[in-house]
Formats: sequence, structure tokens, C-alpha cells
Amino acid sequence: MDTSTLLAALAIMVSVAYMFGRGRSISMADTSQGGYRNLNSLPFYYGMLTALWCAVPCLLLMIGWFSFENTIIDNLVVAQLPEAIRNLSSNELGLVMNTVANIAEGNVIGNEPDAYLVTAAQSLTSVRQTSQLALTGSVLLLGILLSLFAWTRIRPEQKARVQVEGAFKTILLLCACLAIVTTVGILFSVIFESLQFFKAVPITEFLFGTHWSPQTSIRVDQVGGSGSFGAVPLFVGTLLISAIALVIAVPCGLMSAIYLSEYASNTVRTYVKPMLEILAGIPTVVYGFFAALTVAPFIRNLGETFGMSVSSESALAAGLVMGVMIIPFVSSLADDVITAVPQSLRDGSLALGSTKSETIKQVVIPAALPGIVGGVLLAASRAIGETMIVVMAAGLAARMTANPLESVTTVTVQIVTLLVGDQEFNSPKTLSAFALGLMLFLVTLVLNYFALYVVKKYREQYD
Amino acid sequence: MTNHQNSKTDGSAMNTLDSKKMSTIELVNKNLAKRYRAETRFRAYGIASIGFGLLCLCLLFTDIIGKGHSAFMQTYVQLEVHMDADRLEITDITDVNQLARADYQGVLKQALRLEFSAVNSRGDKRKLYRLVSNGAGFELRKLLEAKPDMLGTTSTLWVLVDDDIDTYVKSRGNLSSAPSENAFTGRLSELQIGWVERLISEDRIDKKFNTNFFMVGDSREPELAGIRGAIMGSIYTMLVTLALSFPIGVAAAIYLEKYAKKNAFTEFIEVNINNLAAVPSIIYGLLGLAILISFFELPRSIPLLGGLVLTLMTLPTIIISSRAAIKAVPPSIEEAAMGIGASKMQVILHHVLPLAMPGMLTGAIIGMAQALGETAPLLMIGMVAFIVDVPGGITDPSTVLPVQIFLWSDSPERAFVEKTSAAIMVLLGFLIIMNTLAVWLRKRLERRW
Repeated sequence: MDTSTLLAALAIMVSVAYMFGRGRSISMADTSQGGYRNLNSLPFYYGMLTALWCAVPCLLLMIGWFSFENTIIDNLVVAQLPEAIRNLSSNELGLVMNTVANIAEGNVIGNEPDAYLVTAAQSLTSVRQTSQLALTGSVLLLGILLSLFAWTRIRPEQKARVQVEGAFKTILLLCACLAIVTTVGILFSVIFESLQFFKAVPITEFLFGTHWSPQTSIRVDQVGGSGSFGAVPLFVGTLLISAIALVIAVPCGLMSAIYLSEYASNTVRTYVKPMLEILAGIPTVVYGFFAALTVAPFIRNLGETFGMSVSSESALAAGLVMGVMIIPFVSSLADDVITAVPQSLRDGSLALGSTKSETIKQVVIPAALPGIVGGVLLAASRAIGETMIVVMAAGLAARMTANPLESVTTVTVQIVTLLVGDQEFNSPKTLSAFALGLMLFLVTLVLNYFALYVVKKYREQYD
Repeated sequence: MTNHQNSKTDGSAMNTLDSKKMSTIELVNKNLAKRYRAETRFRAYGIASIGFGLLCLCLLFTDIIGKGHSAFMQTYVQLEVHMDADRLEITDITDVNQLARADYQGVLKQALRLEFSAVNSRGDKRKLYRLVSNGAGFELRKLLEAKPDMLGTTSTLWVLVDDDIDTYVKSRGNLSSAPSENAFTGRLSELQIGWVERLISEDRIDKKFNTNFFMVGDSREPELAGIRGAIMGSIYTMLVTLALSFPIGVAAAIYLEKYAKKNAFTEFIEVNINNLAAVPSIIYGLLGLAILISFFELPRSIPLLGGLVLTLMTLPTIIISSRAAIKAVPPSIEEAAMGIGASKMQVILHHVLPLAMPGMLTGAIIGMAQALGETAPLLMIGMVAFIVDVPGGITDPSTVLPVQIFLWSDSPERAFVEKTSAAIMVLLGFLIIMNTLAVWLRKRLERRW
């Protein structure tokens, strides 16, 4: 049985277990003593209890099985390979196993494969079949046995409802804990690989080095760069592009929010606000395409008419488009904090004879400032982590420059270029991407945490 | 004392001095014009920045539509094709092998040679053959499979042209008039343009609706490339994402709203959720690469893996919006249910969830729309591969629509620009539908208490 059929079978088994559990509780209810009323819980709970006994262990077994299946099968197959092959390095062995897997799936390209590979492929297929069969058998057996066990334990005085509700709560708790698991997973994945990277490249060189060229020679005798991993040019490039984006987005977003919340009539607001928010809903890959094919050539041509040389992958184009993308983000955050400023402050200022714009500039904005700062920080974290626009519109060459007309590269661009495609997993080149990821994660984490803290404090001030 | 008096006299002296020059009201009036100008300027800044945002939106849409609309049409050329059994090397029309291996391109070349009999030199002939697409033979094969009795007959067929010709024909303007000045010739030679112009003047080149674009997967040849593979990949990825993130997100929201006590652990979960909502999406790609691919050894490039990564990415959004929806259900309803003896689980499943469902669905749709447009994490986990076959399940290698857009936008062929824009139009179409659905749901089903 393949996995989907097995899941379907399990689903059927669980529903059967539910019906039997429910039926047994009903039949146990003594009609002479008032039927259902002498059951501790409703029949539904007895059914659910039986179903849970069937479903949860089976699902756990399947998850466990799939986690370890590949490793065990590989080991079994490797054990049957000739001595010489088994003693190869783990990378080469991985290649051999790939070939074996391909042969087992019938993808033979080119020459007839060696005999030992064919035998290995045959044993791989048979072990896989055995494993699948064993899984099917054990899941079905376990399900039936545990449902029977739960079924026989059903008594009118059994506290089925308490048990089922306890299980329900536990499941909910586990789902909520997934957020922690994800964070831990992110930290684990970036820190683990980064530590390996910092063994090869000292952390001080990574943080303070000013030369970035991750191309390393793959073989010892090959001519090629020795690779240098000074990430400062990447940080400079990221900051340059983010700064351009914020210079566009913050005034624009802020003024839009002020106009919409303080001046615009209701009709204007109901139409204009969703339209601005469309900008936030457009996928970043679309902005990247727009930046690379429309904005960048436009800026280059414009620069040429003024006699300036503009790179076709200028930081300005990427930053400009990114700024447009962040406008609605800034504007909706600013809108929230501006509307949260109590009306009494405005009324007081207006009563003293100030004009509306004076009220906004001297009363509303100072009052809303912490919230606005929080919003700007969130926007900055967004700009730093933005990937597709810079991958498509910014360059690859790491350059230390503050000139927006030149091409720069960013942290995210380097992560993508280093990791897309096939690489050997443990070269410093690949690992450096994880170190960059760690930096990105930490910086955005600090920005977000600080921004959320500021916004929260601000909210409490007027609540 | 004297000090005080002094200051008092000073103040009155100042006042008399001022009032000699100007009374308060005059002072205000004098500055009033200036202040009103500042007021108008401030308003104008507001209007200008909104205008800038809307202008960018318009520019983006006109640019994409302007570039992409032509991809929905495809240029065909009318040729007299003789289905020569000898040339095709088909002796038995029922033999599938022979049909599959036959030299359809050769038949088309023959038709071209017949059409332009003046072309003799080898180089020119090669140019001539480049008028029709490399994939035009497939259509002949499909035709012959459908109508076996066409073998040996001559018929007038509309044949797919090469992408260079397609781009030229589309850029030269109206087919019934002379070519416009800025027609894009690209790699075409004068000779080829001459041939195309001759065919156009004979009314034998026409643009038809590009069904191919929606029916096939990716290809290296722009005229043969379609988005069906990417759309199916997106659909499977979204199904996995929805199936995982919605139940888990709702469950987590219920726990946090209805069960969690206010303690450090709950606080920790909430901090984590809020931070995950703002973590750059590319970090989730690193997570998928290091944990799911390297550690759990899931195969690359499959919708299942993409769905898992996107689930982790959209969960915070769904949890946050679901919590808002649960909070909006008035406590009186819960209290009433508890008052007549419902257990906590019954209160939640029978009363809170159904009432909060529209709000939760709205949040889920918005989360899905976000996931549908997401590209960066999927690049990391290998959904960027060149895949021709249309995926048939969640474990087939596939790509998704935004990644397909990224791949095409990187291709040097000019004809891919319009394909990319058209794919963007399809993607935006999906997003608009989803967001409209969310708005409609909110307006229609969400109750105000």
C-alpha cells in the first residue's frame, strides 16, 4: 500500500473505531435507569476516545517510520556493496547511492551500469517494498489492537469527556508550540552551519573584512580564487538600498497616512486606502521584474541624457521600487498610531487657534512619534530582508560605495546566489550563506523586537 | 520685590511697545496668510504622496499589461504541407513508435522550400527553416494521430512560427499596413524579414489565441513555453499549505485565546509568533534547506516541501488573524453556553468556532495570497529547477508561478519578456480573485455584535 492509500485506510479505521466506541457506550447505557443519563459522558466522547486511541499512535508511528526509513534502508543497501565501494568517502558514497536509486527507479542513462550497482538497486527495491509492507502491517495492527483495547475499556462510569477534552487541549498546545519549534529550528539551522563556517573563516574577518569574493577553487590544483569572506561590502550595499527605500517610503507613507486619517472625507478614504494597499499585495517578484526591465533602463537613460554614467543594475532602481513597495506598509502602521492619538489633544490645539496642519505637526505627530518610529523600524527590517527585488534588479559585484548610481550587492542577493543550484554542502562558500542568514536573522530580530516593544509601550500610553 | 516690579514694568513696557507697533490681532492677521499657505502646502504634500503611490500602481499595471497582453496571441503561418509518407518514414499508420519517431520537421522544411523555391544556398535555407518553430512538428504529430487518413495528402495548415518571427510580427503593428519604424528585428536578417513581409502581404500570417500558453509546461523555446506546469505546481503547493496551516493556525489561536494562562510560557509563545511574522521570508528557505532537506532528507523541488516551508511562513499570519476573529466573538455567548452546562470544548466547537469562522477564513485567504506570491524561500529549496512536465501530485518535481516568472525574466530571449508579463498577469489575476473573495466574505458573513 502506498502512503496515500495507507492514510485513507487509517481514516476509515478511525471512523470505524469512533462508531464502535459510540455504539458500545449506547448499548451499555442501561435503559431501565434512564438511558444516556447513567453514562458519565455523551456517547460522542466515548467514540472520540476510541478514535483517538486508534489515530494518535498510528500517526506517530508513521511519522517516526518516515523519519528513519531512509537512513536505515541506505545502511542496509550500503552493507551489501563491495568492500572497495563501502570504503569510499561519504560524498562519493552518496553519489553511488544516487546512481543506485536512479537505477531502481528505471532511469538508466547511457551505458549499461555495473553489475554490483544493479544488484544494489534490486536489493534497494526489495528493501523498500519490505519496509512499505511492514509499515502497512504494523500501522493496521497497531490501530486495530489499540481501538480494541480502548473499546473494551468503555464503561458507563469512565470519564470519557475529561480524557477527550484533555487530549484536545494537548493537541491545541502542541500546535501553539509550533511557533517555538519554528524559531528554534531557524536558530538551529543558521547557527549550526555558521559555526562550521566560522571554523574555516574567523568571525572577525567575516564581520570586519572589506573584500567579498566567495568563489573558492573546488579542487586543490585548480586555478581560482582562494575565497575571501569580508562581509562589510554586503552590509554597506544592503544599507544603501534600504536607505534609498526608506527615503522614498517614510515621507510618502507618512504623508499619505496623515492625509487619509486627518483630511480625507470618508468616501475618499474608502476608495483610496484599499487601492494603496494593493501595492502591498503585489508579489515581490513582480516588483523585481518591474525594477529590472522598466525602472533600471529608465534611470540609465535619464542619467545618460544628463551625461552621467549609471550602472544598469543601479542601487537607485532597486531602492526606488522597494520604497514604493513599502509605502502602504508604513502608511497603514502610521495610520494606526495616528488614529490612536486622543481627539482631545487635537481639540485642545484647535481651540487655541492653530490651523489643522499646525495641530498635526506640533501635537499629533509628537504624540504619535514612538509609534511612528516603531513603524519605521519595522519597515527597515522589511527592506533589509527583502529578497526578490534586489536579486532581480541589483548587481552581484560586492562594492563599497555610497553612490546610488553604481551597482551594489546585498546580503539577501548573496544568500540566493550562493545557495541556488547544486553545491557541495560543506564548502565555506555554501556555509557563508548561512552565516549571512544568521546576521540577517539577528538584525531583523533585534529591529522587530525593539519596534514591537516601542509600539506596545506607546499603545499602553493612551489606553 | 524690586525684581518682580522690574519685570512687571518691563513686561508692560514691552506690551505698550508692541501695541504701538501692532496689536495681537494684527499680529495674527499679518501671519495668517502665511499660515494658510503652509496649510495648503501641507495638504498638497499629502495629496502628492498619495498621488505618487497611485501613480506607481498605475505605471506598474500599464507596464505589465502593455508588455504582456500580446503573449495571449501567437503568430501562425499558413503553409501547404504535404504529409509525405516516405519522408515521414511511416509505413504503418497504426504503429505508435513510427508515429513518435517520424521526421515532422522535415515535412515542414519541404513545405518551406516549396514555398520559397528561389532559395538555394545552404545558409539561406537554414535561415528559411528558422521561420517555423522547432516544436511545430509536435502539432503535426498530434494532427496525424487524430486523423490518420491525412497521411499522403496535401493540406493547408496553420503552423507555429519561431519566437523571433513572432516578436517581429507583433511589434510591426497592424498586419494590413506597412511595418512600423520601431519593429523589433533582433536576430532576424533582411532576407527573413523579406520573406515574412511577403507572407504577410499574401495574408498568410495571422495571430491566433495562444492556447498553448495555458496547456503546456515550461520550455526553452519561448513560443512553446506555457504556464500550466507552474499553475499546477502552485495549486499543489497551496493545497499542502492550506491543509496544514489552517488547522494548525486555528488550533494555536484557540489555545492562546481560550486556554493559555497569563504566564511567562504563554508570553514566550506570543513573542515568538510576533517575531516570526516579521522574519524575512528567505530565512524560511534556509530553514527548509538545512532542516527539511539536509536533516530529514526530503527530496528537493516537490510541492510537499514547498508547502511545508510556506506553512511555517504563513502560520503567524493565520494565528494572528484567527485570534482577532475569536476575540471578536462576544463573551456573553460563551457564558450563556457554559451556563446551560456545556463543557469548554463544547463551547469552543459549537459556539465560538462557527461564529469566528468567517473572520478566520478571511485571514486564511489573505495568508494564502501571501504564500502564493512568495518566491525567495522556494528558490532555496530547489523549486527553481527547469521542469517541462506538468506535475501530477504533491511529490512530483515542480515549480510555482512566481518562480516561473523569475526564471523567465532571467532568459535572454526577447519573446520571454511578454511571456513573463503574461504570467504576472495570470498571477495577479489569482491574487485579485483571492483578495476579492476575502473582502466579500468579510462583508457578507462577518457579524458585527
